[in-house]
Amino acid sequence: MKNLRNILLRREAGIFVMIVLFCIAVGIERPQFWTLNSLRIILLLVPLIMIGAMGQMLVLVARHVDLSIGSMLGFSAMVTGLMFRHYPEIWWPVGFIVAIGTGTLLGLFNGVLVTFFRLPSIIVTLGTLNLYRGLTYIISDARQINRQYIPSDLKAMSQTSPVFGIPWIIIMSFMVALLTYYIVMHTQLGRQIFAIGSNPIAAPLRGINVTQVTLIVFALAGALSGLAGIMYASRWGFVNPSNTGAGFEFQVIAAVVIGGVSINGGVGSVLGTVLGVLLLGCVSAALPLLGIPGTTQNAIYGSVILIALLIDRTVRQKGLASLARSKT
Amino acid sequence: MRLNEAHLQTREQKLETTLLRPNWHILLVRPESMTFVMLIVGIVVGSLLSPYFLDVKYILRSFTLTAEFSIAALVLTLVIIAGEIDLSPASNMALSACLFAYAQAAGVPMPIAIFIGLAAGLAMGAFNAVMVIRFQLPSIIVTIGTLILFRGLAQVIAGDKSIRVVDWFIGINNHLIMGVPLPVIIFLIASIVLGLVLNMTTYGRQIYQIGTNETAARHSGIKSKQIKFGLFLLIGVVSAICGIMTASRLGSVRYDLGLGGELQMVLMAMLGGTYIFGGRGTILGTFLAAWLLVVVSTGMTVANLLPAIQLTVLGVLLIVAIIATNFIYSRTQR
Amino acid sequence: MSARGISKKFGVVEVLTDVDLDLKKGEIHALVGENGAGKSTFAKILAGVYRPTRGMLEMSGAQVDVSSPIIANNLGIALIHQEPISFPDLSVAENIVMGRKGGGLMTRVPWSGMLGEARSYMELLGMSIDVTRPMRGLSIADQQMVEIARALASDSQLIIMDEPTAPLTPREVETLFIIVNRLRDEGRTIIFISHRLEEVRILCSRVTIFRDGNKISTHHINDVSNSDIIRLMIGRQLQKYMRKKGTTIGDVALEVERLTLPGAFKDISFKVRKGEIVGLGGLVGAGRSDVACALFGVAPAQTGTISINGKKVNISQPSDVIKLGLAFVPEDRAVAGIFGTLPVMYNITAAIPSKIAPRGIIRRMIETALSKKSVADLSIRLASLNQPIVELSGGNQQKVILARWLQTDPQVLILDEPTRGIDIGVKEEFYDMIGMLAADGRAILLISSELPELLSLCDRILVMSEGQLTAEISRADATQEKIMQAAVPRSRVAA
Repeated sequence: MKNLRNILLRREAGIFVMIVLFCIAVGIERPQFWTLNSLRIILLLVPLIMIGAMGQMLVLVARHVDLSIGSMLGFSAMVTGLMFRHYPEIWWPVGFIVAIGTGTLLGLFNGVLVTFFRLPSIIVTLGTLNLYRGLTYIISDARQINRQYIPSDLKAMSQTSPVFGIPWIIIMSFMVALLTYYIVMHTQLGRQIFAIGSNPIAAPLRGINVTQVTLIVFALAGALSGLAGIMYASRWGFVNPSNTGAGFEFQVIAAVVIGGVSINGGVGSVLGTVLGVLLLGCVSAALPLLGIPGTTQNAIYGSVILIALLIDRTVRQKGLASLARSKT
Repeated sequence: MRLNEAHLQTREQKLETTLLRPNWHILLVRPESMTFVMLIVGIVVGSLLSPYFLDVKYILRSFTLTAEFSIAALVLTLVIIAGEIDLSPASNMALSACLFAYAQAAGVPMPIAIFIGLAAGLAMGAFNAVMVIRFQLPSIIVTIGTLILFRGLAQVIAGDKSIRVVDWFIGINNHLIMGVPLPVIIFLIASIVLGLVLNMTTYGRQIYQIGTNETAARHSGIKSKQIKFGLFLLIGVVSAICGIMTASRLGSVRYDLGLGGELQMVLMAMLGGTYIFGGRGTILGTFLAAWLLVVVSTGMTVANLLPAIQLTVLGVLLIVAIIATNFIYSRTQR
Repeated sequence: MSARGISKKFGVVEVLTDVDLDLKKGEIHALVGENGAGKSTFAKILAGVYRPTRGMLEMSGAQVDVSSPIIANNLGIALIHQEPISFPDLSVAENIVMGRKGGGLMTRVPWSGMLGEARSYMELLGMSIDVTRPMRGLSIADQQMVEIARALASDSQLIIMDEPTAPLTPREVETLFIIVNRLRDEGRTIIFISHRLEEVRILCSRVTIFRDGNKISTHHINDVSNSDIIRLMIGRQLQKYMRKKGTTIGDVALEVERLTLPGAFKDISFKVRKGEIVGLGGLVGAGRSDVACALFGVAPAQTGTISINGKKVNISQPSDVIKLGLAFVPEDRAVAGIFGTLPVMYNITAAIPSKIAPRGIIRRMIETALSKKSVADLSIRLASLNQPIVELSGGNQQKVILARWLQTDPQVLILDEPTRGIDIGVKEEFYDMIGMLAADGRAILLISSELPELLSLCDRILVMSEGQLTAEISRADATQEKIMQAAVPRSRVAA
């Protein structure tokens, strides 16, 4: 796997270097950035985006886009929250099943529209983005699910930890990343997703059931959004129909694009995406320390996406140019 | 230069007797007809829901609520036909409006404040243009990035506050010309102008050609890069104008001006039969779709549907619109 | 394997009618025919890409229904396409091994096994490609080798090769032949689809000729001569095209000096005079289209000069040269030529906006009149000027593209493979047209891979190889061998 890794590694190494440089720069300005507490803050910002990014990475690799993950997160969280409110005696881990299940259904709906109706995923998910958000309002009667209804055990997952003081949800998010890595590298499914993104015309000719794989990809994105939804409840302790998950898709896309996933499909790595998420986390954590108001966050995310795109393009162009020169 | 026509009947020539669609078929079976039908259905349903619905003044006034988006949607249609997309106009509106409001609140004379707003819009359009054309980045991701960036910058400038607009400038939507609110008039004029440009000028024709096959367009000497660049600039400026119009209508400006507008604009373009991959679409379609959207929104409000449900309906509408458009386009193309 | 009564319809058009064919084990069988004769369609039916509308297939005596490429794969049938299909971002090893039967979606990918197997195939074929590298960036010849390895990996007994030698150098063709022969010796059956009769003669034992969707006949290769085959292919004797004599050759219209674009071509210098037809021959990939694109401003050269009618010009985009009287009919009309869904009329007038819209506003009457004239002049067969151009046949589409450029009244015409994918009858129309255009005093640069075309039409033939000009041959001296020799890469001339 040497050569394959060689090319990819260059990208991941670049991101890693960026993270290190950024942290050093911030640390010089504000030494309190280099505390364990800081690390904790960063890591706490990370889990939701990490999970969402894994799903979005697969979608992008398959040459699609899913803009509805934020609304899927919100809806799943709301369904789970409602369940907790109406049935307080339920054993709290059931929430996971409910959240992931709801997410999967929503994702499948996206998938069906894209595969059976052959609609462009960008427009479909733009529609479902609003559709799911609207449904969230409806089922919740536009009311928030308050703290008291979220099981305390669930909330504890964000605080307590089995090891090194790292809370459960962070561990879970890294496990999801590992699982994604396994799927991508070591299962037929993963390779087929890359195949579809690499050459959608050849895929059916090579025995790949494109419909099935695409449905799975969207369902996975939905399932992961659902998981992120219940983690939201765990982390923040409440579910709000208008805020929960709003803007999530943009943070995730930013992380994924930084991580080197190509819009044209076929290219992307789990490691890169993880690093992208971490970079985003570092940036978000550093902002309050540097005295930059939270209102600037969006501007930063936007710029980060654009810068990552530019870097990506220059790297690719140089790579292609050197390939062309080596031919003659 | 005439050719000798006594050549052999090749199989190729046999293949040429393809079926031709009758003229009336071409005229009627197209996405704009679907929009028109939906519009009629919407009006009928609306009038059944409430007697107030058929009040023309009421509908015109309702239109002013989305007039700004509608005008931007017209230009967005051109962008989509040319094979690109721009999701940033709503955020552009917000930032331009914020800069405009900030300037005039700081005492800058109105014409200059307006100029600042327009310049900002132009700059934003130029930014998109450079990223997409010069750096050859996919417009979908670039404009998602700028949509976030512009609104973020608006947030930076305006914070959570709202900036008030000078009194005499407020209320553009209350200005009536022959009983029709000014924004609606502007929309009508814009539709007519853009429609004529698209249909009857070289520029418009070339937009279709670029969207159908950009490589072929370049090979034919069409300056596709310049034209696309110009389109991004145009939508940038128009968004700024719409932003300032919104400022006048609302009386004050906040960073979240026009939030969610990109969905409405894309929806109007799609409902109007614009093909997302470029090369097809009309101003007439988007024009009808804008009215359709007003009818639907008004109908929903009149039927006392919650804003949440309205949002849901819009989402569903978008999905239905693309399914139908796709269907029609795949049926009428061999 | 046998085919009985295979027919295929696309919509109302029947492209294959009642084809019967028997294939023997361990033979190399050639399928020949013009473009559109149906050989590729037949191959695709065998490989499960299309399903026949009538007829049946048998393997080893039992009827089989090859309903999809996957089933074909399972039956041991492999199709190697003209342009190799692969997953550019996946590794070579995966491209070889993927798609084999077995394994659900969640099965573990046996990396070490796969890599080992892939390496063994590479050795077998005598290739030294690193199997862990992505497919992206491999040369066409290497990609083909990977496809062959794929066929071996799925233990294919029937391997169909569609125009495999078109993009290869003679050395690579040799390697290919060795491998194909070895496959045959192992008892596999190979179908070889090609236009190159010399190669067919070397490699194949039997040949089947297709024409107009019918199988005409099957022969042992030794029983027929090349001209027999050609006659069967086109149904009549091919007359060597004689160009109209008596064209005066005038001043230099186009002059190119030391044109260079690193990675594409180097030091290209030549002249084209008014009334002259200059051919540009060479293998696929020699850089001819790159030169054309540089001349036209689509992909400008880095150094060197271009002069039109004696004046040096700076070219950065096509509109620069169109103004000066240059026209370019590109190689692949689907990609760079037609506006598929737009009306034929829009396609014809695409390059003359100022003529149909003097002040920016399009005058329909002028546009229609001009278009009607083009249709009449070039005998374009269509149902209506308003129908989408994609509904026209290939030959007529090509005529529309030519019409587009003739509307600009060009002084210099660059034609890149103008008759590719067009049947003989329409081809001859094109040849007449080209002759007439030259007689009108225009300068013509004709890029073509069809040697007979070059030989019959051109006053001079330039040959490019690997980005450089290797020969300039006058009409009197020109032979197919001379052109091929100059086209072959120097460093790899077969011993």
